[in-house]
Amino acid sequence: MTPELGQLALILAMLLALAQGVLPLVGAWRGNRVLMAVARPAAAGQAVFVAIAFGLLTWAFLRFDFSVQYVADNSNLALPWYYRIAAVWGAHEGSMLLWVMILNVWTVALAAFSRQLPEAFLARVLGVLGIVAVGFLAFIVFTSNPFARLLPMPADGGDLNPVLQDPGMTFHPPVLYMGYVGFSVAFAFSIAALLGGALEQAWVRWARPWTNAAWAFLTCGIVAGSWWAYAELGWGGWWFWDPVENASFMPWLVGVALIHAQAVTEKRGSLRAWTILLSIFAFSLSLLGTFLVRSGVLTSVHAFASDPRRGLYILAFLVIVIGGSLLLYALRAPKVAGGKAFSLLSRETVILIANLMFTVAAAMVLLGTLFPLIGDALHLGKISVGPPYFGFLFPLLMLPVVLLLPFGPFLRWGKSEPAPLKSVLVRVAIAAVACAIVAAFFVDGQAKAIAGVAAAVWCGVGTLLYVYKRWREMPRGRRYPAEMAGMLLAHFGVGVFLIGVLLTESLSVTRDVRMAPGDTQTIGAYSFRFDGVHATRGPNWHAEQGTVTVLKEGKTIDVMHPQKRTYPRGQVQTESAIDPGVTRDLYVALGEPMDPNNLEGAWALRLYAKPFVRWIWGGGLFMMLGGFVAGADKRFRAKRAATAATAAQPSQTVAERRA
Amino acid sequence: MSRMLPCWSAPVRDRGASRSRTNALLQMLFALFLAFPGIAAAQAIDPLPFKDHAQEVRFQNLTRQLRCLVCQNENLADSNADLARDLRREVFGLMQQGKSDDEIKQYLVARYSQFVLYDPPVQPSTWLLWFGPGLFLALGATVVVLTIRKRSRATRIDSRLVDNATIEQGDDW
Amino acid sequence: MSRSLPLFGFLLLVALFGFGIWWNTRHDPREVPSPLIDKPAPEFVLPLLDDPTQTVSKASMLGKPYLVNVFASWCIACGEEHPVLMAEGRTLGIPLVGYDYKDAPEDAKAWLARHGNPYDIVIADQPGRTAIDFGVYGAPESFLIDARGVIRYKHIGPFTPEIIERELKPLIARLKQEAP
Repeated sequence: MTPELGQLALILAMLLALAQGVLPLVGAWRGNRVLMAVARPAAAGQAVFVAIAFGLLTWAFLRFDFSVQYVADNSNLALPWYYRIAAVWGAHEGSMLLWVMILNVWTVALAAFSRQLPEAFLARVLGVLGIVAVGFLAFIVFTSNPFARLLPMPADGGDLNPVLQDPGMTFHPPVLYMGYVGFSVAFAFSIAALLGGALEQAWVRWARPWTNAAWAFLTCGIVAGSWWAYAELGWGGWWFWDPVENASFMPWLVGVALIHAQAVTEKRGSLRAWTILLSIFAFSLSLLGTFLVRSGVLTSVHAFASDPRRGLYILAFLVIVIGGSLLLYALRAPKVAGGKAFSLLSRETVILIANLMFTVAAAMVLLGTLFPLIGDALHLGKISVGPPYFGFLFPLLMLPVVLLLPFGPFLRWGKSEPAPLKSVLVRVAIAAVACAIVAAFFVDGQAKAIAGVAAAVWCGVGTLLYVYKRWREMPRGRRYPAEMAGMLLAHFGVGVFLIGVLLTESLSVTRDVRMAPGDTQTIGAYSFRFDGVHATRGPNWHAEQGTVTVLKEGKTIDVMHPQKRTYPRGQVQTESAIDPGVTRDLYVALGEPMDPNNLEGAWALRLYAKPFVRWIWGGGLFMMLGGFVAGADKRFRAKRAATAATAAQPSQTVAERRA
Repeated sequence: MSRMLPCWSAPVRDRGASRSRTNALLQMLFALFLAFPGIAAAQAIDPLPFKDHAQEVRFQNLTRQLRCLVCQNENLADSNADLARDLRREVFGLMQQGKSDDEIKQYLVARYSQFVLYDPPVQPSTWLLWFGPGLFLALGATVVVLTIRKRSRATRIDSRLVDNATIEQGDDW
Repeated sequence: MSRSLPLFGFLLLVALFGFGIWWNTRHDPREVPSPLIDKPAPEFVLPLLDDPTQTVSKASMLGKPYLVNVFASWCIACGEEHPVLMAEGRTLGIPLVGYDYKDAPEDAKAWLARHGNPYDIVIADQPGRTAIDFGVYGAPESFLIDARGVIRYKHIGPFTPEIIERELKPLIARLKQEAP
């Protein structure tokens, strides 16, 4: 009975979303306050019903209700309860439900925290979010019902893919979706601005904290996914340029551009049309990612079944939402360049250049991801586009960004003098060259590693110089507004990330070796001694577990236990053992016995030493933190200050200083 | 989840699973016309007798640029498909014969088409791929340059800008 | 005009995606077309499954067109294809060569004994080395080779009666006319 209730809840939620999507927009258009007032309660009601549906699906998983097809497909009696909860979003139907629920979280948060927004504007924003929700709920109800029954009910279910049975995987999708879906808020703001025609810059200020938060969640989700791929797939790689990864990376890149463009538009009034367009792009790419992943148009072996009906549905939805908003943009985007003028040497200029590079990078990723499809369409033959392509072009496009990064904060809005920039240039260049020379001795002349150190120092020192400048020049309490602190954290994160990427890529050592118990293999300063394999078991798997003792200078530093697990349905899953460290990870994966009949004998093992690999995610976390900190700036929460932002700030800070 | 999954992670050879209960992934894999030998194992760990570490590194770099035809989201270095193993041995053998990376790639392309190359060569059919981003960049850069020129010309007329700069001298953040 | 550019770009993408959905309903996205079509078949010398002392080579097969069908006892899809070959194999009018791919000979023999043997001869490639030369990447796959030893057609995946009628038979008729 409960699954039917869940389905009913979904249908009710869809109807409420329809009300939320239509009535407030009509109200805002006609100036009807009653209709506008529908938005809030409709959004809340929709959220409640979606939460009920989600809860019922979770409940079905917890009590092994295999009469529900989705539950039977993705769980079984042996699956521990925490992975049964994760299984709720472990496949297509449930993950769409999660998508909608997260959209509701954003909508309700927006409705709660935006009471200061003009009534008609908020009605339009919530209306746009309602339309998006209708699309997804209808998609679930009509093509991907998670509550579909399975009769007769099987005695036991299938299994959650073992690759997903990992703590990182429980956490990765919800956070990633927080990011994807979060861009819907910036999108709704810009559509509301286009609809309202009141193209004042105020909307951008209201949108900024939401955009920053969404981007920070997306960053976190991508970091979690990268970490999961590293720890769980057992290939020691952290990024594969797989279409599914690219689908999350494109909105991230556009998100970076958007965050910076919003700053320009809010503070200087320029780039208004561009900011609106980027808001549309960021969310469109999130939707596009959903389409690419689930419609099966791309060859990527992933968890989602491809179904042309679903593909067509999503395509129609994309046409309505993206096509509609781009049409609106074509008709109503501001035609005249507004805002304050700026000279060649100004912060606006570098932000514009960075925007260009990030947008082109996103376009490049899109082109590379779609090119196999273009190849089919134009009969160019089956073409694979993979890591060598992206890995070559992406750094090229990012080079100007990295080079300009230290100067961004030092440049002034409108017009800068060259002198202070020169001194920054001299200092960061000296620091970068000096560190590169020192590094050259340690890394054996590896050009990529040296470049990594230089680039990281360039970004890191450049950022720290600005921190120092503010420390010296500004009075206490006014030194680092949250918005600026966020920027500095994120820019510093770029440096951390660069060092991680370039050192890992250039200095990692991978060895596939045959080891009999007692054998020792050496990578750098580390000796790996293989101490044999024994059987072990977990809640729903049994495994062969190797023991590898790692020694450095004769001292044992870790005993590692790589596993090869077998799950109830016969799936085999490697669990690598990782010895983490700040300057290096050691990573061991267990292969097969050289002689299948002699488990006591020699085995194939893969040993990795990965210098500074953790810095990759560390850099990502800095960026994430930067996004959250910047989004939390009090300035964004000021009451209806409209355009008087710059006027309001000094008095506020003066008050702070007194306090 | 919204991530690639290695294709060995599903029991392709599991004949016991009834079709009505198999999950989406299994349905997808069953729907494939092809079946592949030996997928049910985990990852590819394949000790080969390399001459020296330099050759091992060259082998790793080369196989990472080649696409596995069985598990099409995996490269030859990582895939544990039986065919991938055979092809790794083949690549290894060709290396021992002193073949260059390009010759080895050609060897595979002749048999399995360009699809095996993750790094598509620059040729008329891939011009759009390789030069497209440059084209975007050129177009975008033109717009950016025009914008900057227009706006910086406006600074000469817009005296407010200069005022602003002086007013915001203290903290133009 | 410039404000409409994003819209036009997007419509281009929509066209591409629409094409992709349509294309994937008629093509298996995993299918990799062989570069060997209309090229001479690779040289091969393989033992007979039933009698490993005897071998079959490309040279020994020259002179008349034949169909090579790659199969294996471990291959589920081959089991689906098998009844089709049992029913239609004899109607093709050309020799049907079974190519046992990466299989233990006993398993293959038992499999053929159980399901019936539609092949005129069965050759065995247990190591799978020759299959690489043919660009085989799974089973079943089928190659139509003409009298001069040129690969004229490759089918990836199981044959169905429709595909045999629509694609294979017209081509065989043509090859027979060509043959001396």
